[in-house]
Amino acid sequence: MVPDAKKTWGGKVNSVTIGATPAAGGTRAFTVTIGGSATLPFLDFEGTCGQPAVAMEICDTYPQEWPDLLREPFGDALQDPVRWARKCLEMGADLICLRLDGCHPDHGNRSPAEAAQTVKQVLQGVPAPLIIWGTGNADKDNEIFPAVAEAAAGENCLIGSITEDNYKTLVAVCTAYKHKIIAESPCDVNMAKQVNILAQDMGFPVENIVIYPTCAALGYGLEYIYSVMERGRLAGLKGDRMLAQPIICDIGIEAWGVKEARVSEAEIPDWGPQRQRAPLWEASTALACLLAGGDLFILRHPEAVQSLKKSIAELAGANITAAAA
Amino acid sequence: MGIILIGERINGSFKDVGRAIQEHDKTVIKDRVTKQEAGGADYLDVNMGAASRKLEDYAWLVQAVAEATALPLSLDCPRADMFRVGLKAYRETVGERSVILNSTTAEDSKLIPLLELAVEFKARIMGVVMDERGSPQDVDRRLELGGKIFAAATEAGLSPADIFLDPIVMPVKFMQDQPKHILNAIQQLTTLSDPPCHISIGLSNISSKAEERKLINRTFMVMALAMGLDAAILDVCDEEMRQSVATAELLLGMEIYSDGYLKAYRQRAGSGPVAAAA
Repeated sequence: MVPDAKKTWGGKVNSVTIGATPAAGGTRAFTVTIGGSATLPFLDFEGTCGQPAVAMEICDTYPQEWPDLLREPFGDALQDPVRWARKCLEMGADLICLRLDGCHPDHGNRSPAEAAQTVKQVLQGVPAPLIIWGTGNADKDNEIFPAVAEAAAGENCLIGSITEDNYKTLVAVCTAYKHKIIAESPCDVNMAKQVNILAQDMGFPVENIVIYPTCAALGYGLEYIYSVMERGRLAGLKGDRMLAQPIICDIGIEAWGVKEARVSEAEIPDWGPQRQRAPLWEASTALACLLAGGDLFILRHPEAVQSLKKSIAELAGANITAAAA
Repeated sequence: MGIILIGERINGSFKDVGRAIQEHDKTVIKDRVTKQEAGGADYLDVNMGAASRKLEDYAWLVQAVAEATALPLSLDCPRADMFRVGLKAYRETVGERSVILNSTTAEDSKLIPLLELAVEFKARIMGVVMDERGSPQDVDRRLELGGKIFAAATEAGLSPADIFLDPIVMPVKFMQDQPKHILNAIQQLTTLSDPPCHISIGLSNISSKAEERKLINRTFMVMALAMGLDAAILDVCDEEMRQSVATAELLLGMEIYSDGYLKAYRQRAGSGPVAAAA
């Protein structure tokens, strides 16, 4: 008897829905569901494969740090988070990621009330589900998260991030206002598991968590991230509930921070035109993370979005769009 | 995928369970079920012991346990007619849920009818490596009988994942040279096929009549896990045992390390059938 070579797994990646329609107590026109894979990416002959989703990033302030060629496609919409978000949806984003960078003590130090105001405006201005990313400064995040979570109450946002050292505030407010959480662990599968255990210990269901094993641009340690994502996913598929979470990949911020995306052809002629090179760097980084098991991608350049969505559709053998509810 | 833990506490040899079987009292049974679920059992063994020999009592017991849990059962009977009655009651109560027939020996008169039942009722089977000549005293005989059961079971159409082999644990107090044979046999039985079948033991035999029963049980458990054991019938409510199993899973690379791995293991326990589905 020849054994069946197909691999079947004992576990399954959790499905996480972001956004809430009026029927579910929110105001979104549609929701996005990620995860649900019962096998490795795109091996759909073995089992269900989840639909990866692509978010585009907006900020609560004008993105001074972005290179000209990244600002160019958005024009003066960058002055207003709502217009910027609408532009992203026109460009093909499945959902919006609002980064509250303007609240960072070094980048404007906006107040919790101002952060909450921006969140409300974006929610009123666009029909799509919302990912909300804090400043990355633990103290400031703990100040703004309560106001932000309350401002978005009922909208079932995905808010991040919690870490091993700072999780109690966000877990508490996401429990109170019913949001999903991003659990962050720097390139470390042991810690990824640990943060989930800590959140569950506070009564937060691990089924409402999306994990962020951090990210790295092509050429800057991407292979480590790839391995960590893959190792965690294999454990989750084998039945480890503490690693059965969908994975979010914060691509744009990494890819647009490296010199391959920022240096002009005039400076290094061998590298060719930056106009093509930079979005390609972002798309290539995203593609690697897609194959490692990424479920949710945050990108910046519309061409990278188009490229990644094309890759997803080709690999899945079908057109993939946001799961409209 | 984790070690498959088969809870041993629903056994008519325990006085309260014996009385519950005779009086058809579900409350005692429910209590035993709940405690073993919380202890992280993947299967619940159901054995009447000497409390009754009546088929209808076994059918009642299987139904009472199956109704009280979402876990799969290990039907533990001495006779084929009792297995049939138990299987029938089980399938009528729960439908398709996984089940182990515990157990057959390598003796044809027992093995063949049990395999037929396993195929008919889509059950897994536990094969104990003994035959009409009795229990084996060395490694080779254990392998010979294990091989015979494995070959007959695959021939009957069972996959390795549905076969459990039990190399027979003997009390260290009376047969002190046996543990090392058992450990060697476990290691060699895992090489019977790729992927391997499951290797299971009735753990508490090792400490029969001894003073330090729990310490001997969990020490031997960890030694056996290191040799490739992946299932056991044991007391899942023994907290130190569970911590040792969790730590062994970690050290064997079956579980990803985290500082809170014991906490994660406890949270997993009682969360329902996980390993059983694998």
